[in-house]
Amino acid sequence: MEPLENQPLDTIHKTIIFENVSLAFEDLVVLDGISFELKRGETKVLLGVSGSGKSTVLKLCLGLIKPDSGHIYVMGHDVTTMSEEELFDLRSHLGIVFQESALFDSLPVRENVAFRLMEEHLPEDEIEKRVREALSFVELEDAIDKLPSELSGGMRRRVGIARAIITHPEILLYDSPTGGLDPITSTTIIELIMKQRDVSKTSALLVSHRLQDGFMLASHYYDPATNHMQPVDGRPMRDVHTSFMMLRDGKVIFDGTAQQLGQVQDPYIREYIT
Amino acid sequence: MELISPAGYAKRAVWAVQEYTLLSAQAIVNVFRQPRYVADTIQQADLIGVGSLPIVAMAGGFTGLVLALNYSPTLERFGVLTLTGQVVSLSMVRELGPVITSLMMAGRNATGMASEIGSMKVTEQIDAMRALGTDPTKKLVTPRVVATVVMLFFLTIISDLVGLFGGYIYSAAVLHLDSYQYWTSAYQTLTYNDVITGLIKPIFFGFIIATVGCYYGISTTGGTQGVGRSTTQAMVTSSVLILAVDAVLAQLLLLLRP
Repeated sequence: MEPLENQPLDTIHKTIIFENVSLAFEDLVVLDGISFELKRGETKVLLGVSGSGKSTVLKLCLGLIKPDSGHIYVMGHDVTTMSEEELFDLRSHLGIVFQESALFDSLPVRENVAFRLMEEHLPEDEIEKRVREALSFVELEDAIDKLPSELSGGMRRRVGIARAIITHPEILLYDSPTGGLDPITSTTIIELIMKQRDVSKTSALLVSHRLQDGFMLASHYYDPATNHMQPVDGRPMRDVHTSFMMLRDGKVIFDGTAQQLGQVQDPYIREYIT
Repeated sequence: MELISPAGYAKRAVWAVQEYTLLSAQAIVNVFRQPRYVADTIQQADLIGVGSLPIVAMAGGFTGLVLALNYSPTLERFGVLTLTGQVVSLSMVRELGPVITSLMMAGRNATGMASEIGSMKVTEQIDAMRALGTDPTKKLVTPRVVATVVMLFFLTIISDLVGLFGGYIYSAAVLHLDSYQYWTSAYQTLTYNDVITGLIKPIFFGFIIATVGCYYGISTTGGTQGVGRSTTQAMVTSSVLILAVDAVLAQLLLLLRP
């Protein structure tokens, strides 16, 4: 898909640009003129209380809902002006992991993960190879023939990640990937997100209520030798490309690095992070 | 409980009609556009058509039997009991076959579609499908519409035949009518207009059942309670629409009668 012509946007370095985006559902203002950018290869953690519009931001990126005003550029395309048909094409470059996984409950794991490839009518053996590759990435190869109802919450989330990464998307959107999971499973999920960030260098927006998820991403890197995350401490050359953004009452009240977040004096943010 | 103003209610009703019309138009347009989900259509035809066969056959059979049972005393009073086959045949083929079959299908399939698609909607599976680059109207709605229209057409024919057979069972066993007399009277009374009328109706009714079921499914909100509400609304709306459209079609098709 070619970017739109006459678009003076830095699509080489920025994959998502929000320009003064506002959205209200009847009288309820969800987003009130927010602007931000997601750089290529960057992971931005969206923080905020429930109902602050974090998940809405992800749906806006995909064009699943349209804003009342403002512009959203995804890989150089203004999704606010695109038709649903044009959006289907653009969405093939994006992957999303939904809050409750949103797996197709009547299809086994294999067909859930392969859904997009099957829609593209790829050869059977190619599909099988890529499904196994994606499931091996999330360490769930054994669950290939199971139905979503036979999986635990953490396993469903991992299948959701496998489904999102199978087409090697340029942008990944995670909607509360650790929500409702126990701490050990949450760490496993964060480790997978970190692995995807450091191995594939994918740009990502991650919505989370859990501050520790964001700090773990900002303070660790994936070590292929041990297949586990390691702390960045003592390795100043390693950049984990992770930043934070906080929403409150439909506005962006913070956008910066973990270090800047730790130094901020705003009482609301201080209360949130402590 | 939230109170809605008359203006708000009217606005919602107009909006619902608009959305339903758009979805129906899209379902038709999708038939002529790629991609076409042939495997999904065949699967739906099996679920909708073959799955409904027992209830449709039973409903048709009992309707035919009851027609013979109810009309026979009146026919006997006028000394024309031999016309029982004619009464059953005309009633089944022109009116009751298509309507009873469609109402059975609405009860079984419009509700099934509304609850299945509604559950997918509230669990974000529809959003996931769109996010994965697949148009839910092409993947979910059009296969159901095509399968319902095609299968209802054939199920109506089966229902008519089983209904005639139900009338024959009563005529032979209770009224002791001659088989040849019953079937000859049933066959000879039918004109082309009667048969065409009986076969045009299920095409419209099938379209109503599938589009109403899918519309309520896709517009479901409010969790599991919303799914239940959509299922009920799909049943009520499709049944009322079937009866209303039947009245209009009956009048229009009568005008075409030579």
